[in-house]
This record gives sequence, C-alpha cells and structure tokens, in this order.
Amino acid sequence: MSMADDDIRPALAERVDDIAVTDDVEVFEVTGLAVRYDEVTAISEVDLTICEREITAFIGPSGCGKSTVLRCFNRMNDLIDSAHVEGSVLYHGVDLYDPRVDPVVVRRRIGMVFQKPNPFPKSIYDNIAYGPRIAGIKADLDGIVEQSLTRAGLWDEAKDRLRTSALGLSGGQQQRLCIARAIAVSPDVLLMDEPCSSLDPIATGRIEELMREIKNDYTIIIVTHNMQQAARVSDRTAFFTAEVHGPTGQRRGRLVEFDNTGTIFSNPADERTEAYITGRFG
Amino acid sequence: MAITVGDLTRPRGNARSIRDAIATGLMATSVVLVMIPLVLVLTYVIERGSALFGWRFLTSDIPTTRSSGGGMGPAVAGTLLITGTATAISVPLGVMGGIYLNEYGRNSRPAVMLRVLTDVMTGVPSIVMGLFVYTFLVLRTQSLSGMAGALALAALMLPVVIRATEEMLRLVPDDLRFGSFALGSRRATTIWRVALPAALPGIISGALLAIARAAGETAPLLFVIGITSKPNWSLSGTNTALSVQIFRNATQPFEGAQQRAWAAALTLILIAFAFTILARLLSAALTRRSGAF
Repeated sequence: MSMADDDIRPALAERVDDIAVTDDVEVFEVTGLAVRYDEVTAISEVDLTICEREITAFIGPSGCGKSTVLRCFNRMNDLIDSAHVEGSVLYHGVDLYDPRVDPVVVRRRIGMVFQKPNPFPKSIYDNIAYGPRIAGIKADLDGIVEQSLTRAGLWDEAKDRLRTSALGLSGGQQQRLCIARAIAVSPDVLLMDEPCSSLDPIATGRIEELMREIKNDYTIIIVTHNMQQAARVSDRTAFFTAEVHGPTGQRRGRLVEFDNTGTIFSNPADERTEAYITGRFG
Repeated sequence: MAITVGDLTRPRGNARSIRDAIATGLMATSVVLVMIPLVLVLTYVIERGSALFGWRFLTSDIPTTRSSGGGMGPAVAGTLLITGTATAISVPLGVMGGIYLNEYGRNSRPAVMLRVLTDVMTGVPSIVMGLFVYTFLVLRTQSLSGMAGALALAALMLPVVIRATEEMLRLVPDDLRFGSFALGSRRATTIWRVALPAALPGIISGALLAIARAAGETAPLLFVIGITSKPNWSLSGTNTALSVQIFRNATQPFEGAQQRAWAAALTLILIAFAFTILARLLSAALTRRSGAF
C-alpha cells in the first residue's frame, strides 16, 4: 500500500491524548522466538513484551512473519505439522511451550479472530454459545450470548434472528460475530489476524471502534496491513520486515523496531521503519 | 460528439456461428439419446409390472413357479432386512473410516494404504464379494443366511461410504476447524460439532445412494442366502430377496412367474426411488437448517 497520499499524522494527532502507554503488567514476554516450517526459517530473533490492556499492532510487508508470530501466542502453529517454534513465550510468567502446557487450555484464555470471517454454519446463537458449551458451561447461555453480542455491537442487528444461520449476515457482521464468539469464553487476550482486510471502510471503522471499547478488558494484539489502522487504534507498534538471508536467497522475517505507536510513526529509530511508513518501501 | 456504433447484429453464416449451431445440435441429440433408455426401461417395467403389483403382491407368499398370481412378501421382507442390516454395518464403519482418512490420517502411510485399498475394493465385482462371503462364512458354518447376504452387501457399500465421507469432509473449509480450535476445543470436539455437521448433508446422500444401489444387487446374494417361500425376518436361516426372485422367476418359461418377475422389478425400482427421494429431502432439510454450502 502506498503511503504517499495518505499521511499518517492526522490519524495520530487526533488521539494523542488516549495513547496511554504505562509500564503496567506484562502479559507476554517473548525472547529469542524463531519459527521454521521444516527447514525454512520464517522468522527469527524476536524479542517483545506485550502489556496488559493495551493494543499492540504488528505491521510490515507481506511475508515478514507477523501472522506467524501472532499464532505463537495461542499455539495455533501446533496445528501446522511442519511448524517448529523455538525460543520462549512467557504468558504471565508461564512458558507456553512447556511440554506440560495444554494448548487447548491456552486457547481458552487467548482468543483469536481470523483474517476471513469464519462463522460456523450454525445459527447465530449456536455460534456464540459454541465456546462456552465446549468449556462445559450450561448455565445462562442466553445471558452470555446477549452480553457477547452487545459487546461486539451486534445485538441490535441480531437479536431478532438469533436462530437463523450466521451465514446470512454480511461480511462485517460476520466478523463482529466472530469477535463476539471469541469473547464469549471470557478470554484474557484477543489475537486479531488482519481482521478488517476483507471489510469495507465502514465495517472497518466499526471494528476499530469496538476494539477501543473492549480494550479496557482485554489485551489485544492485531496484525494489520493498514498503517492508518495501526496508528488509529494501537498503543504500541512492532514493525517487521523480510530480509534476504544467506547465500540461498531465502527471505526471513525480522522484528525491526518495537516502540510506542507515537514514536514509531513520528520518530522511528530505524531507517527501514521510516522508509516503510513513509511509503518508500513495501 | 457522435460515436459510430457500427453493425451490432449477430453475424450469420460465418465459421463460428456454424460451429455453434453444430455443437448445440450435438448436445441436444445427446440429451435425447440419454433419455431414451431411461424412459424405455421405466415405462416398460411399469407397463409389465403393474398387472400384478399391489398390496397383496407385496405381502403374500411366493407360490410355486408353475402357478400364476401370488406375491413377493418374503422377498420384500428379505430385501428390507438384508439391506437394512448391511446399512447398519457399513454406514457407521464407513463414516468412521472417512473421518480417519480426512481428519487424522491425512497423508500418513496407513491412511494412504487404506485409501488405495478402498479404491481397489470399489472396483471389485460384486459377485466376488459374494464368493468371498460364501467361502469364509457359508462354507464354514454350513448354512445359507440373510446375515451372509448382509455381509456381502456391506462389503460392497463400505468403500463407497468411506470415500463419500472423506470427500465431503474435505469440502469443509479448514477455516472452520481453526475457528473451533481457537476457541479451545479438542480435535474430537471439532470433528463432532463442526466438521461432521457441515459435511452431513453430503454424507447422507452418499450413503443413501449406496443403499439404493445395494438393494438391487443380485450376484452376491444368489448363492449365499438360499431360498424361502415364507417371510423370514431373522438373520439366520435361508432367505430371499427381490433381486434374486427377479432372476429366478424371469428365467422360468411360465407366464405367471414372468409376471411376478416384472412386478418384483417394479417394486425394486420403487424402493430405490424412495431412497433417492429420501436422500434429497434429508440433505435439503439439513442444508436449510445449517445454511451451509
């Protein structure tokens, strides 16, 4: 995406006051993280700290490994046979890759919203109730469904059609349904993998608004291709890039810079970050 | 400023429009050619079979081949019993096999082997399945039975059900499975509550088509179930089936027997037709409910 005609500064200036980076509780502490798919290293040497009740944005060109890193936080990479994760990811001090850790339990605490809305071919109600049901919750499912849909800003549109198929919703509604489904199990963290890439600007605006609203209760990590989006919603931003590595010419992802969103977009330390956000590269 | 539009009429008589006419004509001819045998078989069976067909025909005992009239009660009972038992054996096993292939085995060595064996089994002639059951069950137990027939039909249906299940599960997008995993569900839960319900309409129609096909099988039943003239609703002891009775009666020189064969053929077509309709209704209802695909 070209940044030449899209200045990031107005988006940033509007919200100077609400970017509140306080050094509070650390949720994730990532050290020396590397992910390889069989012999190909997708990304290496990632060190990051994710803080509680903040929105952290991962930006960077395609193929830089930002989604791969995101999937390390809820062990979704386990589902890809060829993926191997090295280094450590501490979640409130517990190593997520400790052999004693059950990835299923991890995923109940750390929810995920995908790039393409993926509602189950079930009713709206059953979509939201899915997570609580498999967690063995039987009491007050109606309340959970109403609460989750309300939080995701979908209640008014969905309340009269809870029993109809979720596939009848529009793309933007489906994505809000997926957010409602993820928060129905009361997770601690919400991972969002380019949640707005298939949505129009109005639907995108609603999701961003929603993120700002739920930020008080959840720690959010969002992967995005849209730099304005990162500037509009995030408190901290990590910029990744892909570099040609070694004689084989393989591209390998790298974390270039990780800082407050304000600093990244107005005064980046690394010239590669500067080149990317000003549209000279990527 | 005016734009010159030129001639927009469809050109006639050039090479492309001639090819178009020929291709359209060929397709129309093929449609008619395909319809001819279908319509002929159906009308002929209805015409010849309706003379004897009726409730009495479906329920009364089979007379001796020389006498006229009578019914096919024991054969209707046998077909329903044998096909029903074969379904009860092959559908659960086949669905589980399909789940294994697509959800667990994928490209592992045992899965690849099972897939090849299944394909080979699909190509095995049905009489070979009958022969297999005959050598391994009938000769050892020294008894012809409905159970032997059911096993032979189950062996025929099994590969069809396995592959139908696998193919239908493969059509379920992985996005849905990931969505389920991300909410903290285990693999079995994901299969049972997300993948299988999404694939169910297709699996049901695949299974019901296999059932309709098995109901008409003659060769594997001919020498493993024996013969009876009274309805036998038990899996042990000799039994009979519509397909077998069609074969026996149609080869007789007596007018009465031939009439019974035609009416039995009509009965079999109606049973297969009923299964096909059921398959369509069930999958349509399930698709409506889930809104899937």
